[in-house]
Amino acid sequence: MEQETEHRPGNLADGKSNQFLTFLLGDEEYGVDILRVQEIRGWGRPTPIPNTADYVRGVINLRGAVVPIIDLRRRFSKEPIPYTSTTVVIVVKVEGERTEKTVGLVVDAVSDVRNASNDDLRPPPAVGTGEARFVKGLATLKDDMIILLDVDRLAELPADGFGNRN
Amino acid sequence: MSQTGDTIDLSRFHETFFQESLEGLSVMESGLLALADAVGGTAEPDTIHHVFRAAHSIKGGSATFGFEDIAGLTHHLETILGRAREGNAALGTDVLLESVDCLRELIYGRMQGRTPDSALLQRVKERLAAEVSSAPVAAPEAEKPAVSENPKAAHAFHISFRPGQRIFYSGNDPLLYLNQLGHAGRLENTADLHSLPHLSELNAEECYLCWDMSLKETPLTRDDVRGVFEWISDECELNVSDEKTSSDPPKRKPTAAKEGASLRVAASKVDSVINLVGELVITQSMLACIGDDFEMDHLPKLRATISQLERNTRELQDTVLKMRMLPVSNLFDRCPRLVHDLSRKLGKAVNLQISGGETEIDKTLLEKLSDPLVHLVRNSLDHGIESADERRSAGKPEEGVVRLHAEHKGGNVLIEVSDDGAGLDVNRILATARAHGLVTENQTLAPHEIHELIFEPSFSTAENVTDVSGRGVGMDVVRRNVQELNGHIEVDSKPGQGTAVRLLLPLTLAIMDGQLLQVGEERFVVPLFSIIESVRANSADMVTVGRGGDLYRWRGEYLRVVYLRDVFQVSGSCNSLSGGLLVIVEAQNERIALAVDGLLAQQQLVIKSLEANFGRVASVAGATILGDGTVAMIVDVAGIIEQSKATRAGS
Repeated sequence: MEQETEHRPGNLADGKSNQFLTFLLGDEEYGVDILRVQEIRGWGRPTPIPNTADYVRGVINLRGAVVPIIDLRRRFSKEPIPYTSTTVVIVVKVEGERTEKTVGLVVDAVSDVRNASNDDLRPPPAVGTGEARFVKGLATLKDDMIILLDVDRLAELPADGFGNRN
Repeated sequence: MSQTGDTIDLSRFHETFFQESLEGLSVMESGLLALADAVGGTAEPDTIHHVFRAAHSIKGGSATFGFEDIAGLTHHLETILGRAREGNAALGTDVLLESVDCLRELIYGRMQGRTPDSALLQRVKERLAAEVSSAPVAAPEAEKPAVSENPKAAHAFHISFRPGQRIFYSGNDPLLYLNQLGHAGRLENTADLHSLPHLSELNAEECYLCWDMSLKETPLTRDDVRGVFEWISDECELNVSDEKTSSDPPKRKPTAAKEGASLRVAASKVDSVINLVGELVITQSMLACIGDDFEMDHLPKLRATISQLERNTRELQDTVLKMRMLPVSNLFDRCPRLVHDLSRKLGKAVNLQISGGETEIDKTLLEKLSDPLVHLVRNSLDHGIESADERRSAGKPEEGVVRLHAEHKGGNVLIEVSDDGAGLDVNRILATARAHGLVTENQTLAPHEIHELIFEPSFSTAENVTDVSGRGVGMDVVRRNVQELNGHIEVDSKPGQGTAVRLLLPLTLAIMDGQLLQVGEERFVVPLFSIIESVRANSADMVTVGRGGDLYRWRGEYLRVVYLRDVFQVSGSCNSLSGGLLVIVEAQNERIALAVDGLLAQQQLVIKSLEANFGRVASVAGATILGDGTVAMIVDVAGIIEQSKATRAGS
């Protein structure tokens, strides 16, 4: 039986798939569980949400649904870069506390869909920076090291939403 | 007990049986109430017949599906009703009403897959059995000949005990009191898990439970029983009644599991939809035709057909939304029974007047308003309407009036619960607020501000907190429920004359008329019904009161000015107000002026939840998608007014 929200080492493979969609942020390659990816879109200017964190760029209209867009560079405290024609938004399905939410993640570019066997998976490094909680593990495929992200944590927002004005 | 082979087949029909049985129970209930009110306790044949038929159907259906408890109970009911029908016996309506409640409880239990309350079932069965076997006697139906469950002179009480949520903080443990009762006689106890929140929201230091107890064969008197709880008497709600009197009808558990599962729709509405879809298809093929081989001189035709498309879509939208609308009377139907029971329990004569029952509202609203409405009616009876003596000395007719009214007002539904009772006791409210630290000693409040205080959590001025009101729902929960439906609640009260609580709700949850505004480089939407007027700011009427607290004089009033670009941190707009635009908005009887950069179109907009994929954002009520496909935020007018008051108070 798969563990649902536990992220202990050795638990990376959730038994269903070891397929990941990989993408780039600067020089680093990251991956998310392919089953969580709903679609990939080009960048379009979102409507800003007032009084939210910097990494929440706003919301877009995704076929009638209002979907928030999160900039992963900013989320990981990296230097933001201007959005270009290769900037891509990966729309993922997130397991919230009670419901399923849809969230868009802004990345530099999408790489590929890659398979990883259980042997390729490694637990995340013990020493972590603030962003360590987003990392589910590492995968070494051929010569590449892919940082596997926990989609649910990425899209986690403060419990009380935003908007606590001073 | 059905054969496994059959279960798979029959269970598809369970849902229908439950729905129909519940309807049948409503018929029975209103019939029985009508009979109870009939003069002299003689039964009118027609009404009895309806009630009998309803019981008969339920019996038949339940027997088919093997629901023996339901079938058995209904069988007894049938027997009694049958005899009454033949004029052989007067009707003990109280027993029958209790049985109806029990049946309802059994059905809900089946629907939600829980085990029924066997103590209740047993009690009702005993009563019915007694009624069935008793010789046909024309007993006055006000006195229900109860089965003597305690042939000895020992006492029996029905006790409902609801500790305050914060009882543990004072070091008290409800269990001690329960144990004490247990030593005093034969105690049957059922815990009510109603208020238990989801585990993730559970605060282990708070008490969410309450208990329904039956204490039999005890030498204690009623005062003795109350005395057991004396130590925590002002931290709990306690109601002790003699076992003979009928207890509160078991609270209907919210049918969360089945909510929205099915809908009853008038066939005519469905036919309309079919016709409109037909027209839509025609328009679509016209467009396809124009699209084939298009030339610029076909443009007028294209425009006309697109116009046609807009009309078709709008009509279809209206009709489909109406399919989810049901008359408010569905909501009001619980009330006659409630008032009947409560007025008896409290010893007050109350006349319930209902108007506007045919007003239609969305089914979801009906479901969500059910509990709040019950709470408001209970409040009216419990706290509003005075006792007969008080009314007489105040020169009022002995019978109190509680009015339920619904109407369409603008784009909204207005539901009003009013009474001609004593009105809100402003002094008591103020005192309680001061005691709770909500209001400082030297703060003076206008009457309507004092009225608003009743919506604060855990607010109660009642000296004897009874279990009649306050069972799991408080005014703060009522307000929250209403706000979750994008509605508003207002209280109006005049001492000595009465109180009116008004709920204003949007006709549908999903669509609103909005005013598009330009604020800096962004666009926002304000609900049209909040807007009173838009004016071009006249610098002569502007008053700056230090720390950015600008006021604007409008029609003799001074309104606070709120700069939307500050609220929403929008860049790129001019800073001075002269020549700028002010939109005067109102929510809950308070007005402020919103400073914006431009007024754009007014249009009907679909409301999208921001919380579905994101979360709650202050000052934002939701989002909408504009004609060009972009998202715009909907301004939370009430929220902004609240915020501006807070900053004002703080500065």
